[in-house]
Amino acid sequence: MTPQVTVIDYGIGNLYSVGRAFEVCGAEVLFASDPAQIATARHLVLPGVGAFESGMQGLQDRGLVEAIRAHAEAGKPLLGICLGMQMLASVSEEFGEHKGLDLIPGRVLSLPQTTVEGEPLKVPHIGWATLYKPPEADWQQTALADVQEGDSVYLVHSFAVQTDDPADRLAISNFGGHPVCTVIRRGALIGCQFHPEKSGPVGLKVVTSFLAL
Amino acid sequence: MKNIRLIARLDIKGPNLIKGVHLEGLRVIGDPQDYARRYYEQGADELLYVDVVASLYGRSKLTEIVRRSARDVFVPMTVAGGIRSVEDVTDLLRAGADKVAINSAAVHRPQLISEVARRFGSQCMVLSIEAKQRSPGYWEVYTDCGREHSGLDAVEWARQAAALGAGEVLVTSIDREGTRKGFDVELTRAIADAVSIPVIASGGYGNDGHLHEIVQQGGADAVAVADALHYDRTTLMSIRDAARTAGLQMRHLP
Repeated sequence: MTPQVTVIDYGIGNLYSVGRAFEVCGAEVLFASDPAQIATARHLVLPGVGAFESGMQGLQDRGLVEAIRAHAEAGKPLLGICLGMQMLASVSEEFGEHKGLDLIPGRVLSLPQTTVEGEPLKVPHIGWATLYKPPEADWQQTALADVQEGDSVYLVHSFAVQTDDPADRLAISNFGGHPVCTVIRRGALIGCQFHPEKSGPVGLKVVTSFLAL
Repeated sequence: MKNIRLIARLDIKGPNLIKGVHLEGLRVIGDPQDYARRYYEQGADELLYVDVVASLYGRSKLTEIVRRSARDVFVPMTVAGGIRSVEDVTDLLRAGADKVAINSAAVHRPQLISEVARRFGSQCMVLSIEAKQRSPGYWEVYTDCGREHSGLDAVEWARQAAALGAGEVLVTSIDREGTRKGFDVELTRAIADAVSIPVIASGGYGNDGHLHEIVQQGGADAVAVADALHYDRTTLMSIRDAARTAGLQMRHLP
């Protein structure tokens, strides 16, 4: 049976590449912008680029917040990508304080401006980052099941999630000596700061493993 | 300590992948789609599409080319050439592009940089500078595919564009473009020192020593290579291995 994936379309960013990545990994892709479509989803994807506040506004305007929460509470797989990952957290400090979906407790904070040695860092952080496993993390049976520690992924961001509970961190990367959350996870909820649809074969492995959840 | 990005640059005219020298004498190489897929499979960190005549002749076929590429290319794509408005950017992003690089239209109307950055984020707005050295320490910005003088100092223009919201600078040296004589280290260094956003060096790759030089001495965060790949003089894998051997940090490939 062809797995089906529902990609939330809330008027933000380009969904074409996200959809294509799921298609080449064997899924049938549905784009959903109303709560009823989300209610019937099995695998749900929350993509997103841009500012946190406009992202949350886009979800609220379409009445999607409750549907996404219900999906998560039912224990069904949900993948947040980039801004979509950040919106899984409780609060963001991007341009003031804004409430998120609060599915994985944590805050979205701006990236450090300097290395641990005090050298200036370039923000937004654009490029390929190496994935590391925090000591408490286990990648088996997660979206990272087929990823190796040391693999690289593509990300573009100025803010990053800091989870309240370190156990919610599935992968981190090194930004000027600071550990930055690159993947967060709680149960079947996964958030990737990176773009699986732009991270080459490693990204497609994440997509495939997510579909297998 | 940061990974240096290795970018495959595809210059486009109409439906074709082409290559010139000093942005002139363009020769047709083939179907861009074949090359894009090959570079993706060989591990390019990004693809850069540049429609070299778009700003002269108006709208191009670039949107179509990008849409075709996005079907099987899963690394970031930057698109340049003939982009004049927020609407043009919207079309390209919908087609699967991740960033746009703007030269002529930004020179004519710098506010466009802010408009694109505000709408799509700075990370999406790459300033493209095509410059020729006019005197020691002075490089002039050219528009319309190296044909028109702008009177702008490339370093000053980069600084101004960064302040307006550009998230990266693509620096193409017209003097070096297509020559295989090495990147313009001085120009790239001057711009890298002037701005805090990433700098992509383009134009002049001839051998792996040039890559090391432009990163170590030129301060480049990313390097674009074109005809050396198109004509099979080297491969992305070989460039990557040489860079790593020389001590540069590159993306790990599985």
